[in-house]
Amino acid sequence: MSTESVEDFRARAREWLAANMPRRAPGAPAWNAMDVSEEDAARARELQRKLYDGGFAGLCYPREYGGQGLTPAHQRAFTEECRPYEMPLLFNTPTFTIIAPTLLDMGSEAQKRRHLPAMIRGDELWVQFMSEPSGGSDLAGALTSAKWDGENWRLNGSKIWSSYAYFSDYAICLARTDWDAVKHQGLTMFIVKIHQPGVTVKRIRQSDGAIEFCQEFFDDVPIPPENVIGQVNDGWTVAQRLLHHERSSTGGSSPYASGTAGTRKESVDDLVELARRAGLTGDWKARQQLAEAYVLQTVQSQLVDRVVKGMETGALPTTAGALLRLFSGTFAVRRATIGFELAGPDAVAWKAEEESASRYGRGYVFRQASCLGGGSTEMQRNIISERILGMPREPAADRGVPFKDVRRNTGMSRR
Amino acid sequence: MHFDPSEEQQLFLDSTRRFLEAETPVSTVRQLAEHAGGFDRSWWQRAAALGWASLLVAEADGGAGLGDEGAIYLGILAEEMGRLVSPGPVLPSAIVAGTLSRCGRTGQRHEALPALISGERVATWCLAEGGRRWSPGAVAMKAERTPRGIRLSGLKTPVEAGDGADLLLVTARSDGGLSQFLVPADSPGVTVEPLEGLDLVRRFAEVRFDDVEVPESALVGRCGDAAADVERQFQLAMALASAESAGAAGRVLEFTLEWAFDRFSFGRPLASYQALKHRFADMKTWSEACHATASAALAAIAAGDPAAGRLARIAKSYTGDHAPEIIQDCVQMHGGIGVTWEHDIHLYLRRVATNRTMYGEPAEHREAIAAMLLDVAGGEAA
Repeated sequence: MSTESVEDFRARAREWLAANMPRRAPGAPAWNAMDVSEEDAARARELQRKLYDGGFAGLCYPREYGGQGLTPAHQRAFTEECRPYEMPLLFNTPTFTIIAPTLLDMGSEAQKRRHLPAMIRGDELWVQFMSEPSGGSDLAGALTSAKWDGENWRLNGSKIWSSYAYFSDYAICLARTDWDAVKHQGLTMFIVKIHQPGVTVKRIRQSDGAIEFCQEFFDDVPIPPENVIGQVNDGWTVAQRLLHHERSSTGGSSPYASGTAGTRKESVDDLVELARRAGLTGDWKARQQLAEAYVLQTVQSQLVDRVVKGMETGALPTTAGALLRLFSGTFAVRRATIGFELAGPDAVAWKAEEESASRYGRGYVFRQASCLGGGSTEMQRNIISERILGMPREPAADRGVPFKDVRRNTGMSRR
Repeated sequence: MHFDPSEEQQLFLDSTRRFLEAETPVSTVRQLAEHAGGFDRSWWQRAAALGWASLLVAEADGGAGLGDEGAIYLGILAEEMGRLVSPGPVLPSAIVAGTLSRCGRTGQRHEALPALISGERVATWCLAEGGRRWSPGAVAMKAERTPRGIRLSGLKTPVEAGDGADLLLVTARSDGGLSQFLVPADSPGVTVEPLEGLDLVRRFAEVRFDDVEVPESALVGRCGDAAADVERQFQLAMALASAESAGAAGRVLEFTLEWAFDRFSFGRPLASYQALKHRFADMKTWSEACHATASAALAAIAAGDPAAGRLARIAKSYTGDHAPEIIQDCVQMHGGIGVTWEHDIHLYLRRVATNRTMYGEPAEHREAIAAMLLDVAGGEAA
């Protein structure tokens, strides 16, 4: 079957969306990360199922795994068309943009057939069990362990910073399976069912007051051998693919995201509205700040186009996604500051019934998360300087040493 | 340069780079600093023979016949010029030639244009009037109708290559709108005073018009209705300055990276220090972003995209902020040698600092963008 032209597809999508998807309330943000409840998750599953039944889910995924086998251009057109509608954005990250592409690259045929269609149908929400309380940037230093008991792997340890694990179904989990091997060669990637005996999920309240992140504790959790992704002790290869997709996701170049948060990433409409409400439309500084946010946001998407093209043509290495991740992190920080300044006193003291500007105060408090989640900007700077510019790698004390002999944190103080 | 050039674009880039490297390496640019006009006329004719002045000129007028795609080629040229801080009135000449081909009168297309294309004559554009604002909306110079034609009075400054130019495209206000006139620089009443400048070879002048009488035939385009032509020239000027600055900053980043590998302190190359590596990572990101936004603006101009005005201002604002900062940071990476006359880096800094200011500082363009966001509901402001 030949591929439908983007414009024909767009027209068909427009008609279908109008007939089937609920419209977003006017002025409502497409996505409010502050308060995602289990009801919201159920709603996202329902909407994802609707898209699937209509043939508009998993656009860039192969047909044999429940997708539509279309091109990124079709996906872009769909994302433009679905802007006025309520979309199951909860599925975008990490399920569709990070985990499913990793499974597609590295999973077994059985794993792909089992899980990809289930994700695309809205039946499975996934999370990442990657970072640990002992450290996030040094991902390969994972201490969570999996030991073979003759029948199953047995998982013990703890993971952290997984978003929405409490209402999700499965996780992709990096664990140490060989303590005698050097750091990167003793890791294995697993598929872990979240809700089962031995897994305890604790929710973490963030500095902005929202509850998104979780910490998980594993007590002898059984993992069947068919849930190993890739090869045993070759989990780092899988992790690198995952990190590649994560950079595409957080940098904004993933072809697997469907729909966008609109007010968060694609426009400065919310800041314009904020300036209007604050009576600042004639204020020189406010105008400069609005324009600065708009310039940076536009340049960000221009940079995405350039870097994606550069990686396609080989002009840039595949690690160039780090450029996008660094740009998006620093831009998000600047945008949060601009929002906070435009909101003025309303972002620090508000009446209970007039709390709309308060999100800029909370956003300011939580600002640095944009430079942390999805790989800290410091790690991106390492990747850019070492892998793109070819500068010498940082010295590491754990190279060539059996992992059991590597020095670890001496105390766990948390203020 | 964008990452997927056509074969023709790649050929043009290669031949441009070869010509500039052979004819005006940075050592030659330094020598030209002593030259009154900042460039050599016979060099300009050799450059014009490569088609540089006619990239925006229609085939029927003896030009490259690239159509609107000429803007992409001019962008490639601007970027290569940035890489070698090249001399010459390339960009203003090409812009004026493009306007004459688009909307000039038959006489202008038959007489002035061939001489511009061959490099025999040089043209430039008189836009700014000495104030802080460059936006065409700020043009106040009056063109008044007289029984014999039109009378121009006022001051235009700074005018690029104003001292060496034979023909001046003057933007003025008449009949309730903007009009443009092609005026020979030796017309009675035109006084050109060369200015000292920050860039070593890109020269500017103050051009005074004291009751300069020009015939009706000097009019380029429609009287009082040239705003769209002027805006197009302005978009090109902004996008080309952005591309040139992206090229300059990209080149400086390249040689500064080499320096970081070659320079040792405490027994280690500078390139091994994480504090410096992270700054290089930032600079690389900004440099790619400068290229991305300049390319996007030029592509929009070439495509006749109604968003071109907005995108050119975005590019000018972003590169105006970041290209100089990249080079300033590279000065820092060099240490003391970076602030000497001997090191070439200041030539680059002079070029991008000049580009930052000419055709409007970032703040002016941000104000225009704010107006688009706030004042004109969904429209594209000029």
